Amino acid sequence: MAKSNKPIIWGLFAAGGTVTAFLTPALVLLTLLPVFGVMPELLAYDNLQAFAGHWFGKLVLFGILFLMMWHAAHRLRVTLHDFGVRADGVVAVAVYLAAAAGTLAAVYFLLRI
Amino acid sequence: MSANGKPYVREVSRYGWFLRNPRYRRYMAREVTCVFIGLHALILLVALKRLSEGREAWEAFLHNLTGPAGVVLQLVILAFAVYHSMSWFNVTPKAMPVQIGEQFLPGAVIVGAHYAAWLIATVAVLFLAGAF
Repeated sequence: MAKSNKPIIWGLFAAGGTVTAFLTPALVLLTLLPVFGVMPELLAYDNLQAFAGHWFGKLVLFGILFLMMWHAAHRLRVTLHDFGVRADGVVAVAVYLAAAAGTLAAVYFLLRI
Repeated sequence: MSANGKPYVREVSRYGWFLRNPRYRRYMAREVTCVFIGLHALILLVALKRLSEGREAWEAFLHNLTGPAGVVLQLVILAFAVYHSMSWFNVTPKAMPVQIGEQFLPGAVIVGAHYAAWLIATVAVLFLAGAF
């Protein structure tokens, strides 16, 4: 039987879409609130440093970022096709490479905190 | 196939096909949310980079993010993020129908449960982050 990597890619897309649907509006609100005079305690350097310095915090941040990026990458591939870009092979390599690079960058920055 | 042997090919615009039907336009709006989700992931990535560079870098980053350009960008991202959430939850009855015995749970119940969980998750994130 022919093997396909579609279930893995689609699984990441679906998991990322779900995590994003539940969390992204709240995460954007978090960094918008200071504009309205509400400063979430987590955004203070010492608190965020402590959160991202803990292994559990790193794991949470990595999980969210990883899934968000793979979700966006896969949907961008489909969207470009819908906008008339028919070079799917090139597009697929580009978007998945970008997501992989972003994933590695997230690991690198998290390990330096 | 028509009488003279030539198949009828309906002309479809390769680039603007989705403009002709509101259903297609909503589909494309849903798909385009990924650009803004990706943009937000990029902002979070930069946030981690700046955080790893120390207190001054982080505070400068936060200052920029809450400046006029940062606010406009975040408001646009927020609008698309909310649209993504709604379109994602609205199709849950089709993506994972719940069958109880012979009956299917009404779609409105499944969608409603997701919206409720979304609200709880949002309040929980803001509360855990010390926003109130």
